[in-house]
Amino acid sequence: MIELMEPQTRAAQHLDAPPKIEVRDLDFFYGKSQALKNVALDVPSHAVTAIIGPSGCGKSTLLRTLNRIYEIYPDQRAEGEILIDGQDVLDRRFPLSDLRRRVGMVFQKPTPFATSIRNNVAFALSYYERLSKSEMAERVEDALRQAALWDEVKDKLGASALSLSGGQQQRLCIARTLAVKPDVILLDEPTSALDPISTARIEELIHELRDQFTIVIVTHNMQQAARVSQRTAFFHLGELIEVGDTAQIFTNPRVQRTQDYITGRYG
Amino acid sequence: MAPTGGHTSSAFDEDLRDLRDLIAEMGERAESAIHEAMRCLVERDIDAAARLVEADQEIDRLEAEAEDRVVQLIALRAPMADDLRDALAALKIAGVVERIADYAKNIARRVKRLPKKGKIEPISLLPQMANMASAMVQDVLVAFVERDSARAKKVSESDDALDDFYDSIFRTLLTFMMENPQNIGPSTSLLFVAKNLERIGDHATNIAEMVYFAATGDRLPDSPERDTP
Repeated sequence: MIELMEPQTRAAQHLDAPPKIEVRDLDFFYGKSQALKNVALDVPSHAVTAIIGPSGCGKSTLLRTLNRIYEIYPDQRAEGEILIDGQDVLDRRFPLSDLRRRVGMVFQKPTPFATSIRNNVAFALSYYERLSKSEMAERVEDALRQAALWDEVKDKLGASALSLSGGQQQRLCIARTLAVKPDVILLDEPTSALDPISTARIEELIHELRDQFTIVIVTHNMQQAARVSQRTAFFHLGELIEVGDTAQIFTNPRVQRTQDYITGRYG
Repeated sequence: MAPTGGHTSSAFDEDLRDLRDLIAEMGERAESAIHEAMRCLVERDIDAAARLVEADQEIDRLEAEAEDRVVQLIALRAPMADDLRDALAALKIAGVVERIADYAKNIARRVKRLPKKGKIEPISLLPQMANMASAMVQDVLVAFVERDSARAKKVSESDDALDDFYDSIFRTLLTFMMENPQNIGPSTSLLFVAKNLERIGDHATNIAEMVYFAATGDRLPDSPERDTP
């Protein structure tokens, strides 16, 4: 008899490895208002974890804590632990520049710098590493290839990044993130401003990148979460309600609130 | 897990309700086909039996309609979790109900092969078996419409009684055939009828498993397979 394999088996193998990121007892405050409540979440390496939930549930806040981007705002603070490879990155002694190199972030709207395509990718690289001109050219090409943008821009690397389409700009931002060889990539609704074809290309890119990186994506589009991720975490009102294999969350969630949300009965 | 309320999109709720209604209608037709086939059999009503065979096309049409609606629902509403399981269950149940109606049709087809007059035993036992089978069909479809996993489980458990009934009819017919070779023709026809009813019970059990899965997301624990002659 042929054993029926669970469709998620391949992903599940990755999920058995120790988690890349361990969030422990995480609380987050915007001034007096608490946006995350006692969140505990393991993020597996070499897999895509999707964070879903209604607006204001804390999913973007969680992403913002993972690379301490909130620190630039004085009244925002996080309590608890976020271990990346076992090290607590919320600890102020953990160097911020090191964290930002290891944890790259791509935002909802493409955020290219108003300079050439080449410089967009080279900028962060030159901040972190001393490279010769030829090494730099190689690394820029590598990053653009990884972001599946190379073929479209190789003849106009000196052109302004702002001349690219929205989808290309977003892939450029991903290339910029990849250039410094991070371990973790955070994607905050990376396709919400893009057309369906650009969206499909970004999703394909996420699929290709997941073997090399740990990816966390926040998305309002549940179909997208279902398509690109292996793990899905559902947040509601600052709490982690349920986390599980994506196939399980979308076919057989264990918690009523998850089911109500993904079936469109929420609110 | 029972749904807590309606969808934000009420049109989605309507689509799901329409689909359930359609499956329920198919079930009612299949059920009444079983009763009508048995009445034709007992009364040797060949004309009505022929009409019943004709009427089966309507159930085929409803099955195709259910298929279209499920495909549309999946394409347009992208159902998730229990909604998705429900839609898929509806699709499969429509196919099984169509098969159940086919068994009723087969029974109706037997009518013209029976002698026009005279009592053939155990023709009086068969309607009782048919009532059990059609009650299972009715129960399991109520379970589907009401997402009632406990009721579905009960239907699957009642299949044993129907199998027992079939076994006893089988033995009775065998005795008749051994007593008098002239009984072999009509007894064989009745044996087929009994087998058809037994199969209807199996299909109702099958639906019960689908309903249970749709309602809970878990599989109904397997009951041990039984061999029927």
